[in-house]
Amino acid sequence: MLSRPSLLLCEKKKEERKVKANDREYNEKFQYASNCIMTSKYNMLTFLPVNLFEQFQEVANTYFLFLLILQLIPQISSLSWFTTIVPLALVLSITAVKDATDDYFRHRSDNQVNNHQSQVLIRGSLQKERWMNVRVGDIIKLENNQSVVADLLLLSSSEPHGLCYIETAELDGETNVKVRQSVSVPAELGDPNNLATFNGEVVCEPPNNKLDRFCGTLYWRDKKYPLTNQNMLLRGCVLRNTEACYGLVIFAGPDTKLMQNSGRTKFKRTSIDRLMNTLVLWIFGFLVCMGVILAVGNAVWEKEVGSLFQSYLPWDPPVDNFLFSAFLSFWSYVIILNTVVPISLYVSVEVIRLGHSYFINWDRQMFCSQCNTAAEARTTTLNEELGQVEYVFSDKTGTLTQNIMSFNKCSINGQAYGKGTSREKNTLDFTPFNPLANPDFCFYDEKLLESVKVGDWHSHEYFRLLSLCHTVMSEEKSEGELVYKAQSPDEGALVKAARNFGFVFRSRTPGTITTTELGRTVTYSLLAILDFNNIRKRMSVIVRNPAGRIRLYCKGADTVLLERLHPCNQELMTITSDHLNEYAADGLRTLALAYRDVSEEEWEVWSESHRSADKAVDCREDRLAAAYDKIEQDMMLLGATAIEDKLQEGVSETIALLSLANIKVWVLTGDKQETAVNIGYSCKMLTDDMMEVFTISGRTVQSVRQELGSASFPGNGFREGQEGDGVAGDDQLQGSPCPLPPTYLMDNISGEFGLIINGHSLAHALEADMEVEFVSTACACKAVICCRVTPLQKAQVVELIKKHKKAVTLAIGDGANDVSMIKSAHIGVGISGQEGIQAVLASDYSFAQFRFLQRLLLVHGRWSYLRMCRFLCYFFYKNFAFTMVHFWFGFFCGFSAQTVYDQFFITLYNIVYTSLPVLAMGIFDQDVPDHRSLECPKLYEPGQLNLLFNKKEFFICIAQGIYTSVVLFFMPYAVLSNATQSTGVPLADYQTFAATTATALVIVVSVQIALDTGFWTVINHVFVWGSLGLYFTIMLALHSQTLFRIFPKQFHFVGCAQSTLLQPVVWLTIALATAICIVPVLAFRFLKLDLKPQLSDTVRTHLRKPAESRLGARGGSRSGYAFAHQEGFGELITSGKNMRLSSLGLASFASRHSSSWIETLRRKNTPPKEPCSSFL
Amino acid sequence: MMASSYNAKDEDGHHSGSVSHGGAGTAKSKKPDNTAFKQQRLPAWQPILTAGTVLPAFFVIGLIFIPIGIGLYVTSNNIKEFEIDYTGVNVDSPCYTCANNFSWNSTTSCSCTVNFTLEQPFENNVYMYYGLSNFYQNHRRYVKSRDDRQLNGDATALKDPSNDCEPYRKIGVETIAPCGAIANSLFNDSLELYYVEPSGALNAVPLAKKGIAWWTDRNVKFRNPAGVDLPTAFKGTAKPVNWRKPVYELDPSDPDNNGFINEDFIVWMRTAALPTFRKLYRIIHKNQSSTSTLPSGRYVLNITYNYPVLSFDGRKRMILSTISWMGGKNPFLGIAYITVGSICFFLGVVLLIIHHKYDTRSNSADIPN
Repeated sequence: MLSRPSLLLCEKKKEERKVKANDREYNEKFQYASNCIMTSKYNMLTFLPVNLFEQFQEVANTYFLFLLILQLIPQISSLSWFTTIVPLALVLSITAVKDATDDYFRHRSDNQVNNHQSQVLIRGSLQKERWMNVRVGDIIKLENNQSVVADLLLLSSSEPHGLCYIETAELDGETNVKVRQSVSVPAELGDPNNLATFNGEVVCEPPNNKLDRFCGTLYWRDKKYPLTNQNMLLRGCVLRNTEACYGLVIFAGPDTKLMQNSGRTKFKRTSIDRLMNTLVLWIFGFLVCMGVILAVGNAVWEKEVGSLFQSYLPWDPPVDNFLFSAFLSFWSYVIILNTVVPISLYVSVEVIRLGHSYFINWDRQMFCSQCNTAAEARTTTLNEELGQVEYVFSDKTGTLTQNIMSFNKCSINGQAYGKGTSREKNTLDFTPFNPLANPDFCFYDEKLLESVKVGDWHSHEYFRLLSLCHTVMSEEKSEGELVYKAQSPDEGALVKAARNFGFVFRSRTPGTITTTELGRTVTYSLLAILDFNNIRKRMSVIVRNPAGRIRLYCKGADTVLLERLHPCNQELMTITSDHLNEYAADGLRTLALAYRDVSEEEWEVWSESHRSADKAVDCREDRLAAAYDKIEQDMMLLGATAIEDKLQEGVSETIALLSLANIKVWVLTGDKQETAVNIGYSCKMLTDDMMEVFTISGRTVQSVRQELGSASFPGNGFREGQEGDGVAGDDQLQGSPCPLPPTYLMDNISGEFGLIINGHSLAHALEADMEVEFVSTACACKAVICCRVTPLQKAQVVELIKKHKKAVTLAIGDGANDVSMIKSAHIGVGISGQEGIQAVLASDYSFAQFRFLQRLLLVHGRWSYLRMCRFLCYFFYKNFAFTMVHFWFGFFCGFSAQTVYDQFFITLYNIVYTSLPVLAMGIFDQDVPDHRSLECPKLYEPGQLNLLFNKKEFFICIAQGIYTSVVLFFMPYAVLSNATQSTGVPLADYQTFAATTATALVIVVSVQIALDTGFWTVINHVFVWGSLGLYFTIMLALHSQTLFRIFPKQFHFVGCAQSTLLQPVVWLTIALATAICIVPVLAFRFLKLDLKPQLSDTVRTHLRKPAESRLGARGGSRSGYAFAHQEGFGELITSGKNMRLSSLGLASFASRHSSSWIETLRRKNTPPKEPCSSFL
Repeated sequence: MMASSYNAKDEDGHHSGSVSHGGAGTAKSKKPDNTAFKQQRLPAWQPILTAGTVLPAFFVIGLIFIPIGIGLYVTSNNIKEFEIDYTGVNVDSPCYTCANNFSWNSTTSCSCTVNFTLEQPFENNVYMYYGLSNFYQNHRRYVKSRDDRQLNGDATALKDPSNDCEPYRKIGVETIAPCGAIANSLFNDSLELYYVEPSGALNAVPLAKKGIAWWTDRNVKFRNPAGVDLPTAFKGTAKPVNWRKPVYELDPSDPDNNGFINEDFIVWMRTAALPTFRKLYRIIHKNQSSTSTLPSGRYVLNITYNYPVLSFDGRKRMILSTISWMGGKNPFLGIAYITVGSICFFLGVVLLIIHHKYDTRSNSADIPN
């Protein structure tokens, strides 16, 4: 599927790229991008225009600019220019400063990257060159552990057969070392001198972002060499285990696949954002309505009154009739009423989110001290969405598990050893017994060591098997300093265990394995490796020991292995099976071990059949498998291993907690079904209490449909018995209305089923005609595990839920294969500090351990949501209360768009007088303490059901705001219209009225925020009281004589503050208005709290006994087996291709089936049905 | 807006290592500081709306508001106020002729006399107001049609006032002082009050025209332009269109009360918030003798009727009022306080009953797990 576009591109002659080695002049003709990377957006000169241009692309900014322009028209201007320009300038400059800082850091990192040193072959000699100066067509020398400068075509390597090893963690997150081979012919270009004269020309596809595809052709000396991805070293990879290699730069800088992949991530918006935008649009509609009403009023007034009043107040020159006046007044009102949606809303929301992000970054309880990594909020725009998550999609390896395998328990000849991991018990000390032991290894049962020491034959054979039957490569830098390179971590753990128990695997050649057995060096000749694959689920080696006896050692899944045992093993098998079940129940990955003595004759016969099968042209695989099958019979059972696929700390607790918080956790993994299920059990996602765990692994549409159907059938049948759960289901339905009736039914039965679906079945299930069925079945299950899924499928599953459930999804993963799902989910979380950085780069939040997810969601997410909702409610309230007063005043001032307040008050209301208390609430508010929300996960539910801020809540806020505005206008109106000062001067002059209303407004909204604030920190106190104090200070200052003397026109409220604030009547009015505004709210809230308390209120009132931890029951008996590696490595070893010539000593065998194994490896590494298992 | 998804650190190979990059070079823990602020553990007061706090609050508000309301109501009732409309709408009203024969061009002023009786004597200082109805002093174009710099005596603004004053900015080449619609529409009726002695003789009531404006207005906001005397200072300016005499001749009786600091003018320039308003016109100071300031009896109000309001259906009133600590008569405030106080008290009772009857909290105290 992926290959087609790139092939098409290849065929297109016009878009191909031509690169000639060592010929800069030629290459310059094409003007390929240089290796200089620029991620920054601005420079000194372009910053202002570009940044302003970008900012004015925001609708809100443009809108305010438009208002500003309107205000410049004197006939319309109902406010002075500064009331709009001050907030706008403030917003623009804050954003500009932020953008500038961001860009500065981008500049810095660009410079750092661009100035790295690299060795370039120029005119026959190696020269140091900065990365930015590397050009397409240059030949670069790379040394071990250097990162690749640009996308290179591997020309030669210091290793045999032009092989080199790379780690692609930065690209795809996989830490295992991958093999690349240089183009077959130029491999003779061993030394730099030859390379300097190399003038081959590469014709290849244009730059693209497909990490696993490359096609091109090398033309050299009239010959064509096809090029594939196997020949490419991509920028971002790191050279490993290779002394040096040379590469030809094909793509540089922005054209490299890494950069092509690091495209700008999709801008994510939260549901609150979307709701807010809708509401803002509604408010604009409302604004226009008010404008129209007032304009009509103006028309009527100007016709009925204004035209007669002209002897005192003539119309402005361009106005000659009441209709035109009404038109102008519409715009005037749009200007003064625009504060219902002030520009500070957007800024405040940003500030609050930024604050929440910092709290996430600062959280010590989300800091991982092992890897010294703190949690990081990489985007600041999604915080409150963390409080609404309903689905968590998790990767397995590296996310739930540490991807560290430890040899934990074992059963040898019916005797079980190992007590599991516990800190109380002492680990075994191997050093006195075995100088080659690895100190990192931990085992907790001294009995086993004893049995090895006393020379128990079975124990010896057991560990001998472990030291021989594997495909691990060893590297011994100095005596005793062994480093094992295991393809699968399971194998590594086993070999390491054998090493510590005295059976040390030292080195191997294609034909021999050298071990040190209890201090004695033994060399076995390796006759055959019967490699692992998914169907066989086992691997064997056939070795000849120094004494000449041939023995087959086999390890594999118990299900496969136990049925191949010799009948005399029956008794032992029963005991071992019991052990195996025990181990599996503990969530350990098990393998059964067996051996078989092979007679010389039998070996001769078999090796012949094996050779013929190996050489077969057609059905080679099948024939090989048949040959293997023939010899792996009648084996003698040795025992079993139990490997712990170490879960990350607190994974099962976290999952239990999340599911109590009504969050559904789905595991999407590329791993095998058995492994995934095992992990599912060990992290308590799947439990034995479950009614049933459905497995869907059909390979055809029909079988998948059938399996899905059978899975949903018992669910429907079960529904009647689940009446109690029905209520919860109904509640959930209100929050996320589901368009599908079957899903509704399914929702009611959630909680009792598990679903396991295979990648190939998933492909069918995700098709349009079955996805509804799939979603309904899957959502009915408490736990869903998708195994063997491709990165694309991961994203598809997420998209599916987004589409059908309208729920907030969160994807968490650590590898490059999780990037697609991280990007498509509402929230992407990357596990940092383990594997590559790709997932973290694509994520919105990153932290080091899965268990931090509970804190991120239940504490930070919940708080963020709560705070944002409270903030928005209050914000809309305070602005409606503020603005609507103008509307009522319109009816008393001839609809002339006269403001009620002083211009300065309008300017400062949103940015000074009322901004800080609500910001403090939005940033610091807490309804319940953090440990409470972890103890009581049900507190998370309001967010999922979207209860705290929705359209209904919005209308309540608006209604409250309008009510307040009515009170704030009509109370002063009623009181002041006839009132006088104690000096007899009437109080109903415009300025006194303005000051009274403004003061009453500030006091009312301050009291309201005091009511809304549930968590009064010092900061809240300072801000609330400070804002009030600031209001009076600023008011007195603005009304002071000093300012008036300087700017008489602007500060014409001179003396108003003193005169007004000294009047008892004014204060009585303010107190009255405040009481009328607040008392109903107080009564309403009290009633709500008293009669229908929310859970959070209850928790808040009863801060007492801590809830006991609630973890699921232990699992029963299951079985899983460990074998996570890919097939093909056995062949790799026997062919000797991956051995260093130096350590091998013999170069002779190299010619046999020269590149065939690479072909095989390549074929196997990218199996057509499962393009996910390995990217490169 | 978003962070760059690519940076130097990523390419170095030793990603996410414990060695901090670009810093001092030392391996330093990135563990966030353990401060109460960063860990969101700031000590905080967490108020909860419980019955114990809310219900007493209602009763307290009620108990505070009701006495205040009663006090306000009683005070307000003790204030005497007399109001008479002299617009002359009806044919039988004394000013009907003046109101209907008004012409801006007439040089002679029209006078009319209104008789009224005060049933009760007015004690202490009595304040005399004129009230206008349906007069939109709060209209946006009206409110802004002034130049405060000019009114503050600024010489340049006197010669070149703000454009806000249009169309009352200039007449020909001469600027208008004071410019703008507010000044132009200055209320210029003169009111004289006579007490009709029991003997029938008219006894003029002394009306003080000082002290009717805000102190800041009189002393800070309004200032005459500098000059030897006012006519020189205002030289080169024209009087507003509707005025009969220039600004420096507003008060022939008191030279200090002329120009921009004329208190009648200042009072007028302090625009009203609502279309029906009253403005302080004169103060009748308390006699030193023991008799009431305005004894009960018959009075004659002599009006020089200069100010036409009938054209836009306006009304003119003359108001006499005494004053208390809380200002003039204001029954609304008292009633409102009593009402709100009672409602609070009532709400308190209702909530108390509800709380006792339906209190669910004790039942649902357990936090569901």
